[in-house]
Amino acid sequence: MSTATIASQQDTPSLKARLLGTPSVGPLLVLVAFCIIFALTNPRFLATQNISIILQQTVIIGTLAIGQTLVILTAGIDLAVGAICVLGTIVAGKLVNLGYDPVFSMGFAILLCTGAGLAAGSLIAGLRLPPFIVTLGILGILTAALRLISEGGAFPVRDPFLAWTGNTMKVGGFVLTYGILIMLALYGFVWYLLNQTKWGRHVYAIGNNPEAARLVGIPVRRHLLSVYLLAGFIYGIAAWLALGRIPNADPNAMQTANLDSITAVVIGGTSLFGGRGGLIGTLIGALIVGVLRNGLTLAGIDPLWQDLVTGILVIIAVALDQMSRRRN
Amino acid sequence: MTDQRTPLVEMKNVSISFGGIHAVDNASVDLYPGEVVALLGHNGAGKSTLIKILSGAYKRDAGEILINGEPADINNPRDAKKYGIETIYQTLAVADNVDAAANLYLGRELRTPWGTLDDVAMEAKAREVMGRLNPNFQRFKEPVKALSGGQRQSVAIARAILFDARILIMDEPTAALGPQETAQVGELIKQLKKEGIGIFLISHDIHDVFDLADRVSVMKNGQVVGHARTQDVTKDEVLGMIILGKCPPKAIPGPGAMQVA
Ligand SMILES: Nc1ncnc2c1ncn2[C@@H]1O[C@H](COP(=O)(O)OP(=O)(O)OP(=O)(O)O)[C@@H](O)[C@H]1O
Ligand SMILES: [Mg+2]
Repeated sequence: MSTATIASQQDTPSLKARLLGTPSVGPLLVLVAFCIIFALTNPRFLATQNISIILQQTVIIGTLAIGQTLVILTAGIDLAVGAICVLGTIVAGKLVNLGYDPVFSMGFAILLCTGAGLAAGSLIAGLRLPPFIVTLGILGILTAALRLISEGGAFPVRDPFLAWTGNTMKVGGFVLTYGILIMLALYGFVWYLLNQTKWGRHVYAIGNNPEAARLVGIPVRRHLLSVYLLAGFIYGIAAWLALGRIPNADPNAMQTANLDSITAVVIGGTSLFGGRGGLIGTLIGALIVGVLRNGLTLAGIDPLWQDLVTGILVIIAVALDQMSRRRN
Repeated sequence: MTDQRTPLVEMKNVSISFGGIHAVDNASVDLYPGEVVALLGHNGAGKSTLIKILSGAYKRDAGEILINGEPADINNPRDAKKYGIETIYQTLAVADNVDAAANLYLGRELRTPWGTLDDVAMEAKAREVMGRLNPNFQRFKEPVKALSGGQRQSVAIARAILFDARILIMDEPTAALGPQETAQVGELIKQLKKEGIGIFLISHDIHDVFDLADRVSVMKNGQVVGHARTQDVTKDEVLGMIILGKCPPKAIPGPGAMQVA
């Protein structure tokens, strides 16, 4: 009887401890703070129309950040997110323009993106090369290859199926695109994988201590491969969402996708050292990036300043992560 | 003597080297059901490396492993677990970022009929097993990182006994434990022994070894100095084996025994 009481006391930390222990609370406060600042300086910021725009602008980075989260949770990093996504848009666009069936074209493009993820995963898990170098290499290869394929320039992609993700529906006063719903569905699905399944638990274990994971019998290399494969597939879906937003395949697009997706993940509280964090934080982080870019645009500030601010933000987030790690 | 029965484990002429270092050099040890064999030796003698070969953590360069007299194909930790080999590593091998219950079941999670993680069942079982080891322990919901060294060690021990091991490897299992918890592990070892489980115990505490082990196998510089039944030798003789490599008359000398002129 008495031991049971002690147990329940020890098992129920105070509300404050629980809030501080919940990793997404900090990012949420940052998001709210940015919203308040932008709302006070510009009344247009909170207009339902603008909020819809922010969501639409967040769709691509938000989706790429899902894959980036998976990779970073394993203590990796993916510098090829943008390049793989552009691969998807160019291949799908090229095939459709050549007269192929749009569903086949998009499907093939997504498959190719998945293949790119698989290639990265094989080099990282199979040959044990550092993720940083492998994905940097893939970024270089893809960027050059895509410019060659598209002969340097962007080309329009006019196909209703490829553009479908940009179609809108009205929910309350908000205009939502199907792309937003697809992104949210992906968040839900991958959240479920990470939090409710064995697969997700092993992602966290590997990110935290790959040797311990191996010793308890987790097939670490196969698991890493599956992480990069899934990430590649998600980047492929992001390519479809990108075509829905802008009906244009541009080999020079998504230059800031690496910075933005990594920023979303890290601001969202996922540790670059692996094993700590999660998708709810990433969604908030992606919204922070979206709100920041939108708010600065509304204020008429040059896009280069947006990159600058995003850069500062990611460094602050990494510094906070490092500090919390040292304290432990 | 136990010699008429088939040994549970036989490691024969096992070697492994890292770079130029012969961490384990032509070592042979065996273990019978219901027996505790203590592996002794100075720091760096090769004890952990030898048992890591048995647990599948390292791949041997040469030698053979027999389980119940049959050659066993152990190339990774999963293979070893299939043979009922459970290991408490000196380095514990826990995932810091997940809680005690999740650590106990890491790699062998219980699942609901829908395929999702059954955290409720895992926690209930974790409480039961930990109760056997360390009844004061209640912090099942916190990441293992937040636990003390001894508590982490209890988690590692609980994980090893959770899955009906037939062969248990304990690499300095009580190094971080307090006297009460150490005594509890001693009781646990005696109980597991009664259930017919074979245990390799690595320990630097010669008193514990004489209290718990049926036999000792001593290593020095990667080689086996010799084997002896604890009832046949004194603590000083065993210390002589560890420090000097000197085999007493009632011990069976191995390749690492000091050659007497
Ligand atoms: N992964 C490795 N890489 C290189 N050398 C290693 C490795 N593992 C062990 N060694 C070397 O092998 C030798 C035996 O080490 P081992 O850990 O087996 O010793 P031990 O008997 O367990 O010592 P202790 O009592 O300190 O735990 C040491 O010289 C060690 O430096
Ligand atoms: Mg050791």
